[in-house]
Amino acid sequence: MNSSFLLSITTFIYGLAAFLYIAFWVFKKPLPGRLATWTTMIGLSGNLAGVIMRWVESYRLGVGHAPLSNLYESLVFFSMTIIIVYLVIEMKYKNRIIGAFTTPIAFLAMAYASMSPNISDRIQPLLPALKSNWLIAHVITCFVGYAAFAIAFGISCMYLFKQRDTGAKSSLLAHFPNTKVLEELNHQMIMFGFLFLTTGIITGAVWANSAWGRYWGWDPKETWSLITWFIYATLLHARMMKGWGGKRIAYLSIIGFVAVLFTYFGVNYLPGLHSYGAS
Amino acid sequence: MNTIWKFFTSVKLTVVLLLSLAATSIVGTLIPQNENPAAYVQAYGEFLYRLFNVFDLFDMYHSWWFQLLIVLLTLNIVVCSIDRLSTTWKIVFIKNPPFILSRFRDQADNEYFVVDRPSEQLKDLYETFVSRGYGYIRTEQTDKGYSIFAEKWRWTRLGVYGVHLSVVLLLIGALIGSFFGFDGYVNIPEGEVANSIRIRNPGRTQPLDFGILCEDFNVSFYDSGMPKEYRSSLAITENGKPVLKKDIVVNDPLRYKGINIFQSSYGQLPPKEVTLSFKSSKTGKAYKKKVLIGQQIEIPEAGGKFILKDYVGSYNFRGRPIGEAFIGMIVHDNGSSVEIVLPLRFPDFDRMQKRDIIVSVSEYAPRYYTGLQVTKDPGVWVVYSGFILLIIGCYITFFMSHQRLCIDIVKKGKKCRVMVSGTANKNKFGMQNKIKRISEKLIDLKQRT
Repeated sequence: MNSSFLLSITTFIYGLAAFLYIAFWVFKKPLPGRLATWTTMIGLSGNLAGVIMRWVESYRLGVGHAPLSNLYESLVFFSMTIIIVYLVIEMKYKNRIIGAFTTPIAFLAMAYASMSPNISDRIQPLLPALKSNWLIAHVITCFVGYAAFAIAFGISCMYLFKQRDTGAKSSLLAHFPNTKVLEELNHQMIMFGFLFLTTGIITGAVWANSAWGRYWGWDPKETWSLITWFIYATLLHARMMKGWGGKRIAYLSIIGFVAVLFTYFGVNYLPGLHSYGAS
Repeated sequence: MNTIWKFFTSVKLTVVLLLSLAATSIVGTLIPQNENPAAYVQAYGEFLYRLFNVFDLFDMYHSWWFQLLIVLLTLNIVVCSIDRLSTTWKIVFIKNPPFILSRFRDQADNEYFVVDRPSEQLKDLYETFVSRGYGYIRTEQTDKGYSIFAEKWRWTRLGVYGVHLSVVLLLIGALIGSFFGFDGYVNIPEGEVANSIRIRNPGRTQPLDFGILCEDFNVSFYDSGMPKEYRSSLAITENGKPVLKKDIVVNDPLRYKGINIFQSSYGQLPPKEVTLSFKSSKTGKAYKKKVLIGQQIEIPEAGGKFILKDYVGSYNFRGRPIGEAFIGMIVHDNGSSVEIVLPLRFPDFDRMQKRDIIVSVSEYAPRYYTGLQVTKDPGVWVVYSGFILLIIGCYITFFMSHQRLCIDIVKKGKKCRVMVSGTANKNKFGMQNKIKRISEKLIDLKQRT
């Protein structure tokens, strides 16, 4: 039993959890809902155990470092964060349908990490540039931010479905939280994500200054994180100062998440210094 | 003047500028920046190259129009903040915060409960409870009882100005850096001292008021061949004497007199000295001799003289590159001479020439140079203060609010009715939950005593 195997199992558990949340949403029976929560918690334990095992394994291999150093490890951490944030929301808002729109994202991220032929799950030693205490702070803050934005994306999609159903005709949307709650939750997640994205960019800048002698160099990954920051800053100003709400904010939140995805994956196809995040 | 001011107070302008910055920033990530013109012409063709060049797209983040967008955004931030600050200031620095009871009473989500005790007994109890969580507390008599007003975190209304100030600090720091700092590089061979560095943009030499001595450079690899560590043993010299020594690796630079020295790259240099083996085909004896480049030595067994002429990085043998090689020359006693090529990868190369003396490279020490990034940025502390302020400011702005609480007690004979109400300038939803929790605790309080 090694961490990669455990994390592959976790992928299937998350898949099952996502399936159960969707079943709960579609069939409106309490049992799949309760099972979904338990399955998610089991998945989370597997995920957490996988991360810790991987950390220990890296020390056994003599290359000890936190499991946050490449695309595989970041995807695993990303899924774990999404699940943790989601479970907190489930406890707080007592609504499991949100799970049908957020756990699939965590499942997809894990499935991509475990199954894509381009992503190696081998534990590798650290490149000289990554040997820094800033690695942990930078990666954790960025991915907590990304996870919050992923959940905001799921909630924005729910909002867009819900607001179209003005006469409350659709039985599928009947048990969604009402639009007010969805808007508020979207906003909370974006503020949370924005604080972490800001901290992530800043820890990255401080790290860049200690590794390369500059805190900002307009490398594509830096620039795309700033583009993402601009989009969410626009959203926050539009909402707080101009009173925007509803569909426009939901669309901006979706565009913001597309920018997050591009910052995360798309930039690897562009030239730049962050290329070690690519494999 | 007034219309210009009005223009910059607009939040619509903020939205337009932020989205323009986001959209235009994309361009610079698609077109590689600051490469040489020939590469661009090859990639895009002559016409597109000229078009892109007109708009500075090859160095777009430093172009006039991109910097103009940043300046406009800064003006927008500053003007908006000044415009709103005077109002906020009056609200924040007020001596007696006003509480309007009717406003609390008219709120929709208030909590109510009835207590089986005279209202006077509740006053101390509630006041102590409230004063634990709220900095300001005041009790006022009403026509049928009294109201306890309390509030906290009034100052958090200033949080957003902290965020805006931090952005201005970042820009000031960046400006200080670009005017009073530099970003250059220097390659120093092992054992040598550099007293100046090269600045890339614009290309010039920057003298340093101290020397950087590279005592040693080492690169180590993992078993997989991946680089593990680049390490330069540096010494700072003043008037030729070392004053500070430090080994630098990536992520651990040397800082001296406001100048930072980073490990950035490395390379190999032609060796200065080589040990050659001279093998006599007559006696079969081999002789080892050390030679410096340019030096002339006697060949053993009176074979003439050997001159080590040069080292080349890539030698062409009959049109094919065969890698690094030493070039030497044998001068016979009769004056005739013959050139000798000693490729490092083919030690037996000279044997094929079938001469009396076979020359080969026995050993040589590879020499490295270390590539250092040398920067000076006096603005970095301004930028870092901006960073800290930005994080704190965002936290205050998003997660702390000016909260007001009102507990209104109305006598109903021997009983009294308690109303718990509250407002917050942000996160109203959270405040509602808080009011519910406070109300539950107050009910609890009544039961315990």
